[in-house]
Amino acid sequence: MAVERPIAPGKVKIDDLINEDDRLTKLIYSYLVSATAWLIFGSLVGLYLAIRFIYPDFGVAQWLSFGRLRPIHTNVVFWGWTSLAMIALALYVIPRTSQRPLFSIALARKALYVINASILIGVIYLFMGYNNGGQEYREFIWPAMMLFALGIISHTLNFYKTISLRGTKEIYISNWYILAAFLWTIVVVVIAYIPWYQNALGETVIQGYYMHMGVGMWFTPLVLGLTYYFLPLLLNKPIYSYSLGVLAFWTQMVFYSLIGAHHFVFAPIPWWLQTVAIVFSIGMVITLTAGTGNFLLTMKGSFRKVARSYSLPFILVGVIFYFLASAQGSLEALREFNQLWHFTNYTIAHSHLTMYGFVVFLIWGGIYALLPRLTGKEPSHLLIGIHFWFALLGLLIYGFALMIGGTMQGKSWIEGLPFIHSVELMIPYWIWRAVGGTFMFTSHIIFAYNLYKMKPLPHPHKQIDLAGEQI
Amino acid sequence: MKLNFSENHKLLFSVVFFGFIALSILIAIIPAIEVNSNDPMCGVNTLTPAEFRGLNTYVSEGCLYCHTQQVRPLQLDKVFGRPSSPLDYSYLTPLDQIRMTPAVLGSERTGPDLSNIGNRQPSEIWHHIHLYNPRSVVKSSIMQAYPWLYEIKENPDSNDLVIPVPDEYAPKNGKVVATQKAKDLVAYLLFLKQKPIEGISQIEESTSKNLSGSDAGAQLFNTNCASCHQQNGEGISKTFPPLKNSATVNSDNPDKHIRTVLFGLKGEAINGIVYPAEMPPQKDNLTNEQIAEIINYERSSWGNNGKKITADDVRKIRAEGK
Ligand code: HEM
Ligand code: HEM
Repeated sequence: MAVERPIAPGKVKIDDLINEDDRLTKLIYSYLVSATAWLIFGSLVGLYLAIRFIYPDFGVAQWLSFGRLRPIHTNVVFWGWTSLAMIALALYVIPRTSQRPLFSIALARKALYVINASILIGVIYLFMGYNNGGQEYREFIWPAMMLFALGIISHTLNFYKTISLRGTKEIYISNWYILAAFLWTIVVVVIAYIPWYQNALGETVIQGYYMHMGVGMWFTPLVLGLTYYFLPLLLNKPIYSYSLGVLAFWTQMVFYSLIGAHHFVFAPIPWWLQTVAIVFSIGMVITLTAGTGNFLLTMKGSFRKVARSYSLPFILVGVIFYFLASAQGSLEALREFNQLWHFTNYTIAHSHLTMYGFVVFLIWGGIYALLPRLTGKEPSHLLIGIHFWFALLGLLIYGFALMIGGTMQGKSWIEGLPFIHSVELMIPYWIWRAVGGTFMFTSHIIFAYNLYKMKPLPHPHKQIDLAGEQI
Repeated sequence: MKLNFSENHKLLFSVVFFGFIALSILIAIIPAIEVNSNDPMCGVNTLTPAEFRGLNTYVSEGCLYCHTQQVRPLQLDKVFGRPSSPLDYSYLTPLDQIRMTPAVLGSERTGPDLSNIGNRQPSEIWHHIHLYNPRSVVKSSIMQAYPWLYEIKENPDSNDLVIPVPDEYAPKNGKVVATQKAKDLVAYLLFLKQKPIEGISQIEESTSKNLSGSDAGAQLFNTNCASCHQQNGEGISKTFPPLKNSATVNSDNPDKHIRTVLFGLKGEAINGIVYPAEMPPQKDNLTNEQIAEIINYERSSWGNNGKKITADDVRKIRAEGK
């Protein structure tokens, strides 16, 4: 394979087109369009927030206020972008690995409307200052979140039916993770929105649980499940070890459930709860090693393929961040490190290294793996390369700036310097964060354009001619 | 049916679903119920209607994304007060029929902790100036300004609470007047005073054991006084008086200085200027030792050269009363 351009070295074209039901292809595409619209909006808000740290008076209007936009940023990228994009991929993976058509396309189409409505309503209320109570990622009032739950429940039924009618004997490991994520999330949302035990510190206990189950029982298993499908597909070989995947699955369920309280280390909630959380946060290293090891061993010997594909680099980055950033989380849970890093910008670095470096990169890998095969249309390899490098570079700048800055913040408090010192010292790091954010945001625009280039044809699979070789 | 997870979807997903519910009950619901009902301060620690409306604004404007209300039992948190106790939060209930209990503990300290802000900064006027534009009182603050909580009036009437915003930040024409919303929000901030709790001492004996002399004085000054008098001791023109070259601070008789710190000051002309805000009393907020350290710091900084005092001097004047 000749190297055509240095930035996207001769990526091979795909030619194993999948003959899918047009309706499913269109449905998946419309999920991705909604998701990407939310990504552009949500990360534009993120970028604006990043600039507000440097120019606090940049745009003084009530609805542009930092405290209103911040929950809009987090909820939109969580429930709008990341969730819808993962559901889009799951809509393909579950029927495919179950060797059965999706139980009901109509139901899945309705769920898209319901979820979009949920986010729209939640966001409008947040703009108006009607915030559920400032509990992170729970800021949508219950009527909005109920719609989201409704969407999730209908997908659960749809997927469960598809899996139970499967044409294979075994349930493929992807489907363990994906359907489990849906089931767990229903439980999490219901527990989080029942008010009876949430007065005073009851709220705090539930918030720790909710915050971590959001990332640990929704995004993490769902995106891992997708990767258990896309990685072997792209490498054209089976996953290294099925049983490692199963081990990671069960430890994920048991350990992750118990670690929510590590968001409130040293808070006045029961000490035993914090200790359990810390112990199992360290236990998570088992899950991480099993999961990451499995992926890396699957890739072993195929790294030339990774370099020549345009979707595998995203997946490789995602897998590496899964390991490193989650291990970082385990460190943050230790009382010694928590003392230094808790309440600082180090946490913000961790949130983005995980949610972005791990979850979002794996999603992009999946999208670039799937859509060209479904629609027969490929975006320019150069633009995918730019998307990849801008996103990665931006994230690294963002992450390192805030890890260094956050550590200095923590040290300044420990040294007992006046509080304002910790604000002043952050300015250069916040500037770097905005620079990284600009790269990230630019990459999202390019991604949106690439998505447009992969739009399904009105009459798919007729006369498409994909040059290139088999990967 | 075989007991084989990978071939039996009913079994697999039941274990996944019900197993997780069981774990959630153990790790979330039971501990939540336990702390939920732990509420003997009920009645002492409740909000007035104005404070409650203020809490609402605190949530809708998202103050809690940058400010914690959670003092940890750690040396580095001592500047913010005594360690928080579950009882401190007993006033928290759902905001209304739709919304839930607010998460005031927070998870990020972009700005300082507010658990005890009502003691640390009891001046209502200061809070209003600060909310109108934080940079008018704290030069390098990056906090959001809230001008929409204020009205600009050409001719405020006598019921209006006029905010003496420093010239540089004040509107060209008219006066800044606090709306009800602003007053409520400040009422909530002033409610945030750590209440005495048995077994946890209200005032820490010495802020930091490893700091001594002028270091401790500087830290205490910066935490408790600098928001008005500024770190450079120059105050804010026509709003908060300077301590640099102040007659009281440089006087050989420290009684007036001590008395002002202990009991506050209001409406008195200083160098011919009557300042609009009052100096809040510190007697319940700081120990005699701490006050002595602050006063000695003030008397020896920014070119001041006043006679040093001891904690006993403060004790004497505290006993004499106002
Ligand atoms: C252009 C890209 C982005 C920029 C510039 C950006 C910027 C920001 C900023 C300024 C904050 C507030 C930090 C603070 O309060 O101190 C934030 C919070 C957050 N963002 Fe982003 N963001 C971006 C993309 C994303 C994406 C794509 C995700 C997830 C998929 C994400 C997830 C989060 C989360 C979870 C938080 C809350 C962090 C915490 O409380 O610990 N962000 N972001
Ligand atoms: C072994 C796995 C992990 C552990 C032990 C862990 C641990 C932690 C800890 C201790 C914190 C709180 C830090 C502090 O406030 O001082 C935290 C925050 C956070 N983590 Fe993780 N983490 C892990 C994996 C992940 C993953 C996979 C994601 C995303 C998919 C994630 C997303 C977040 C987010 C968004 C926050 C910020 C929440 C907030 O606003 O406080 N973490 N994590």
